[in-house]
Amino acid sequence: MIRYFAKRLGIMLVALFLIMLLTFCIMHAVPGGPFTSDRNMSEEVEAALNAKYHLDRPLPEQFFEYVSGVLRGDLGPSYKYPGKEVNDFVENGFPVSARLGFVTIVFVLLAAIPMGILAAVKNGKWQDMLLMAVATIGVTIPSFVIASVLIYVFSFKLNVLPTYGLDTWKGYILPVVALGGYSISYMARLMRSSLLEVMGQDYIRTARAKGLSEIKVILKHAMRNALIPVVTVLGPTIANLLTGSFVIEKIFAIPGLGGYFVTSVSQRDYTTIMGVTIFYASFLMAMILLVDVFYCLIDPRIKYE
Amino acid sequence: MEPILKIDNLKVSFMTSNGEVQAVRGVSFSVEKGEILGIVGESGSGKSVTSMSILHLLADTARIKEGSSIRFDEEELIGAPGKRMREIRGEKISMIFQDPMSSLNPLIPVGKQVAEMLREHHPDISKEEAKKAVLELFEKVRIPEPEKRFKCYPHEFSGGMRQRVMIAMALANKPELLIADEPTTALDVTIQDQILRQLRELEKEYGTSIIFITHDLGVVAELCDRVIVMYGGLIMEEAPIEEIFEHPSHPYTMGLLNSIPDMEQDKSVRLKPIPGSPPDMTNPPAGCPFAPRCPYARKLCGAELPEFIEVGEGHSSRCFLLYPDAPADENNPFRSEV
Repeated sequence: MIRYFAKRLGIMLVALFLIMLLTFCIMHAVPGGPFTSDRNMSEEVEAALNAKYHLDRPLPEQFFEYVSGVLRGDLGPSYKYPGKEVNDFVENGFPVSARLGFVTIVFVLLAAIPMGILAAVKNGKWQDMLLMAVATIGVTIPSFVIASVLIYVFSFKLNVLPTYGLDTWKGYILPVVALGGYSISYMARLMRSSLLEVMGQDYIRTARAKGLSEIKVILKHAMRNALIPVVTVLGPTIANLLTGSFVIEKIFAIPGLGGYFVTSVSQRDYTTIMGVTIFYASFLMAMILLVDVFYCLIDPRIKYE
Repeated sequence: MEPILKIDNLKVSFMTSNGEVQAVRGVSFSVEKGEILGIVGESGSGKSVTSMSILHLLADTARIKEGSSIRFDEEELIGAPGKRMREIRGEKISMIFQDPMSSLNPLIPVGKQVAEMLREHHPDISKEEAKKAVLELFEKVRIPEPEKRFKCYPHEFSGGMRQRVMIAMALANKPELLIADEPTTALDVTIQDQILRQLRELEKEYGTSIIFITHDLGVVAELCDRVIVMYGGLIMEEAPIEEIFEHPSHPYTMGLLNSIPDMEQDKSVRLKPIPGSPPDMTNPPAGCPFAPRCPYARKLCGAELPEFIEVGEGHSSRCFLLYPDAPADENNPFRSEV
């Protein structure tokens, strides 16, 4: 078991290296650089800047210089915000994203799991149809459209909720709903189909034949089995929500990690792009590993060799 | 003595997108106290549906028709409220299912699953007492090292062991009636034999009545006191065990007997399978459901359903050829030899 996870950790490091290499290559394949699009900058100044940040050196050299920096825990300086380190962005941005993400996850789980259970129990009845219609809308409509509609209705028309910032608890409501909309819909559907499948299993019939009430059958026998597929998607979803949705943070002017990433891409802020990508990738992989550990706890049949 | 279970004119249909599937079309029989009744039939004959309707374990699409009656200990079960049914399930009537591989919850230790059966109906039993009772049950159904096995998960057990767990669970509350729906079908022959022997011992010890559902007449011969042969949602023949083998009184039963291999049989004589396949129950035939496959069928057989008539003591059958006015020609297996 420990050997298995050690191996997994090794694979994660290799994957992380490949992600860095790939991001680096793609990033440099895009025309322009951090100092090209700015105001009329004389060629001498641009050359001097490039030289300062070693951008005039061959790409392989730049890459290895960067990787050795990362290994020391240094994500490098930002090219766009003089005097700022990418580490600062992650340190400042991540807690904000994570706080919003955490509230969203709690909201998603509290909404999606009961919704899925209700839809499965009322399979084919109007409650099921209504919930699944809402869930289909939630999956198909992009979050920025939901966000815009929410802002229009609750901020401009009703004027009850702020349009930006996370200063009060009210500020969380709209971003959380917009950010969690997709995950709620997706998970509610997953919970429903998974529970329906489990409810058709022979051991559920056994549980009923024991004389258990329907509530006990669902809670004691069906839920744990039905949660396995939900846990599978929970890992990536948590990573996604905690590291911040780029679009939602931009719309609600939330100073999270996502906002930095979007600006950094359009501005070719190489180190920020790399830094945020590395952070996001490591976090995602850690979450997936965590899910696999969690599997062992739910399902005794799973043994890692 | 009043029978423990009395089923009268049971009709069950399934509402599907292809129309109404009439799985059970008027079945009546009873089970005496301490008796082992076999129900034999091939897939789709309605034997499992009949057994599932006793405990209301049918799928949501199933409808029990008006006029059906299932009386258990003189109490009508059809239309009984859910709460009453839950009291009966597992406490007075329990079930063992066909596939032991999938009938146990994979995420719960087996001991706990058996203990749940006890504590659900007797909440005053403490955890320790329940465990002790489960260990005794495990011993009774011959699960080796019960203490060690208590904490094991179903996937750590073989099929036969899991079926023993199911039997232990079914017997936990000493039910008055045990319904075993093909409990040995998924098991090896040697294991099958052990399980059958166990059921018989337990029946003697507890005096539990058993309904044993199977498609295997050989198993019936080993275990049952009486047997019902079902086909096309109807009972074709009902007889005490010796009678069914010595004087089978329905062409379908005879077909079933002919398709059992016999050790002493001449190898050159081939087994005789019954030609054709069971009827489509969305559109059940007006006449005898077996008529299309019956080697002795007449014109009348396809048009009208014969009555279920008594042919001997405790022995009834549903065939026109048994009628007193049936033609005694060479194609009547019940008359030609007389």
